[in-house]
Amino acid sequence: MLFGIDYPTWWFLVVGALFSGYAILDGFDLGAGAWHLFLRKEESRRIALNAIGPVWDGNEVWLVIGGGALFAGFPVVYATVFSIMYIPFMLFLAFLIFRAVSIEFRSKEPMKWWRQTWDILYSVSSIMLAVLLGVVLGNILQGMAIGPDWTLQGTWLQFLNPYALLIGITTLALFMLHGAIYLAMKTEGRLFAKVTLLIRRAIIFFLVTFGIATVASLIYFPHLSDRFRESPILFVVPLLAFLSIANIPRLITKRQYRGAFIFSAITVSMLLMMVAIELYPVLVLSTVDPIYNITIYNAAASTKSLGIMLTIAAIGTPLVLGYTAFVFYTFRGKVKLDDHSY
Amino acid sequence: MFDVEILARIQFAFTVAFHYIYPPLSIGLGLLMVLMEGLYLRTGDADYEKLARFWTKIFAVTFGIGVATGIVMEFEFGTNWATYSRYVGDIFGSALAAEGIFAFALESGFLGILLFGWDRVSSRVHFIATVGVWLGSMFSAVWIVVANSWQQTPAGYHIVGEGMNARAEITDFWAMVFNPSSVDRLLHVWVGAFLAGTFLVLSVHAWYLLKGRYEAISRKAFSLALLVGLVFSLSQLLTGHRSAEGVSRNQPIKMAALEGHFAAEAPADLFLFGWVDEEQQTTHGLAIPGGLSLLLHQDPQAPVKGLQAFPAEDHPDTINGVFQFYHLMVAIGLALIGLTILAAFFWWRGTLFSKRWLLRIFVLAVLLPNIANQVGWFSAEMGRQPWVVYGLLRTSDALSRQVTAGQIVFSLIMFTLIYSLLFALFLYMLTKKIKAGPYDEDSIQHSPRQQEMAGFLE
Ligand code: HDD
Ligand code: HEM
Ligand code: HEM
Repeated sequence: MLFGIDYPTWWFLVVGALFSGYAILDGFDLGAGAWHLFLRKEESRRIALNAIGPVWDGNEVWLVIGGGALFAGFPVVYATVFSIMYIPFMLFLAFLIFRAVSIEFRSKEPMKWWRQTWDILYSVSSIMLAVLLGVVLGNILQGMAIGPDWTLQGTWLQFLNPYALLIGITTLALFMLHGAIYLAMKTEGRLFAKVTLLIRRAIIFFLVTFGIATVASLIYFPHLSDRFRESPILFVVPLLAFLSIANIPRLITKRQYRGAFIFSAITVSMLLMMVAIELYPVLVLSTVDPIYNITIYNAAASTKSLGIMLTIAAIGTPLVLGYTAFVFYTFRGKVKLDDHSY
Repeated sequence: MFDVEILARIQFAFTVAFHYIYPPLSIGLGLLMVLMEGLYLRTGDADYEKLARFWTKIFAVTFGIGVATGIVMEFEFGTNWATYSRYVGDIFGSALAAEGIFAFALESGFLGILLFGWDRVSSRVHFIATVGVWLGSMFSAVWIVVANSWQQTPAGYHIVGEGMNARAEITDFWAMVFNPSSVDRLLHVWVGAFLAGTFLVLSVHAWYLLKGRYEAISRKAFSLALLVGLVFSLSQLLTGHRSAEGVSRNQPIKMAALEGHFAAEAPADLFLFGWVDEEQQTTHGLAIPGGLSLLLHQDPQAPVKGLQAFPAEDHPDTINGVFQFYHLMVAIGLALIGLTILAAFFWWRGTLFSKRWLLRIFVLAVLLPNIANQVGWFSAEMGRQPWVVYGLLRTSDALSRQVTAGQIVFSLIMFTLIYSLLFALFLYMLTKKIKAGPYDEDSIQHSPRQQEMAGFLE
């Protein structure tokens, strides 16, 4: 116990914070990447790429840390979910590699076919990464057919179901909105004008998919709203999420892109917080029988280990936030291409 | 045909071996970049700045691929070795989490400034970023080697639960971190990485010298790298020796396999090279009689436990494989020492840069430390078999039981294709950057005025 909260819950918060950090940061990279092919001019594509150039790798580290934190704090979840969803995770890794490589290599050669190939690869992998993240989230939300000894009852193909796909598309829409706003902050001139157009489309895309996803969750997975019905005070979170979503178009019409970006980041974290509230203390719901639920208690590492890691996190987090801020500060402002650009 | 276990092991070995092409280059180049940039700040000699900028470009390539392939490794523990992950999560997890927070964040955070910040921040801040990235890569080696060393020589834990639910729980964090093999192995891995980077620098500048390009700065770079290479080739013998002592103490079966020593209790020889006959349980080759006994116990007559002293089910799968990999590494280690001492001698005589044959050897010698790094890990890891966690958890019990052979075949084919592409791109980019060189020689030779006139005449 630390401040009246037990260690597994603390670590649940840490993992949750890391994953929302990842979603906020890599979310705009992936979103920007998803728009890449919509930008037609070579110059625009290079600027868009260099808008995320100095930061995307640092952003991805949040995934590395989040994965490590999950392994460290809840080894059972890490082992079970990853091995059950073997194929989606393998595809995820493949797309991560493709994205990294295309950013690295696209501008290294002038040939048209070369750049076009990498551009397609880059955009497709950004889209697929966003969708796959959503698919995994969708599976977590609806629960998985976990039986005794953490074995999956049924086939591994179950991960591909309509609800999970819906969440996948919604995640993509959210990231595309977030990414378009980021691009607006980083660009000027004609490209900027183009991006503002994209933002409008992104808002519509997101609102439609998000609406459908909300309705589907309420109808087909009523357990997802149990917690909110039990303690109405928690409604604050969805309310805040709703307000921050509503705030985005408002700020955009006022051309306050930095503000809009902050609110799309808040939206991402509020939505994830809703997921966390709905799940806690369960991490993976068993659709076979609740006794097979994987919870933060039966999945956690030992108290000793969690205590050590909380110390590590307490020392490390300020450092990480410190240099993340420093890097963003150094590369603030509109993108200018130079010799070192991608 | 192939079962899940074999496939999972092949996939792990393949992906981690591929990953390990890049980290040593990144760590080693990082060290040299720090030295070059540091020298620039110290002396104000612009050549060192040119060198630092040039090597940063190459570093970007190795680093990028290192990151992309490293993330695969992190998740592969969960996908392919679920039982292992549950078993060691308590211990391994904290090392990996610490790695992420302390090391990877430091590396990747400063990487942006290192690569893109040359003209954005002051040269001092840039130097700090270079040091930050390099330290980050050094730290990441710490944690991952600690995790792997725990797997070789577990300490600071106790086992709770039984059967499927058994797992190791941490009892003493520092005992876990400083388990009996971690310090020795970390030093050995670090130095191996320094050598990999150093020999790449030596190779490229030897090539420029042979071609007569960038002579002035290549001499500086070559001399600097030669000094570093000399120091670390010699240190590698020491750290390797300490590792060998540790292995004989903590993993006597592995030691017996490394030297192909079968007899249960007899003085053991030290082979320079040889061939293990696993049927006849003997090893043929060129050996120093009693050499291993001498090294380990300072007495050529001292008996050393051989493979026959241990049950057959605890022997590694292939003794000859372990033996050959190990001896290749040691042979390379000795060759590097010879090479750097020779070159240092000619350098001291002032004739090094006219010894074209020696420069030619250096162009190719970049392969040696890289091969040694690979086969070193192969001997350490294959010698650990049949255990995943030495003496506690067998490899065959560590698998994900959810995963089918078909799925692994799919991912194995996928990785083979992607990694072949990556490797081709890597070689292509590397040669391209090397050919392009540190700076445009023409633009240096012609003053802006001359260029203007040239434009006029056209
Ligand atoms: C001796 C050092 C060493 C060893 C044995 C390994 N790695 Fe590695 N790894 C590095 C040294 C390194 C490195 C130097 O830190 C990176 C960063 C850039 C590079 O080229 O390699 C790297 C990158 C890297 C990344 C990406 C980090 C980022 O985003 O910056 C991950 C997740 C891993 N590794 C994980 C692993 C795992 C799970 C391994 C074991 C199976 C492993 N590495 C072996
Ligand atoms: C980076 C350099 C490394 C290389 C080249 C390497 C090489 C290998 C090889 C060849 C195998 C297969 C052994 C066999 O099947 O006979 C293996 C297995 C394995 N290694 Fe490593 N290894 C490296 C680092 C690590 C690290 C740092 C860890 C953990 C911290 C690790 C954990 C494992 C595990 C869990 C297995 C699978 C089970 C097994 O086959 O033993 N390895 N490695
Ligand atoms: C000079 C003579 C050398 C000796 C006596 C030596 C000895 C050893 C020993 C005994 C191991 C096994 C350690 C274990 O299993 O715990 C090992 C592993 C290894 N060696 Fe060497 N080595 C030498 C040279 C080199 C060189 C030149 C390199 C690379 C440039 C290298 C790279 C490695 C690596 C990467 C490993 C695996 C990691 C580890 O287990 O430490 N070694 N070496």
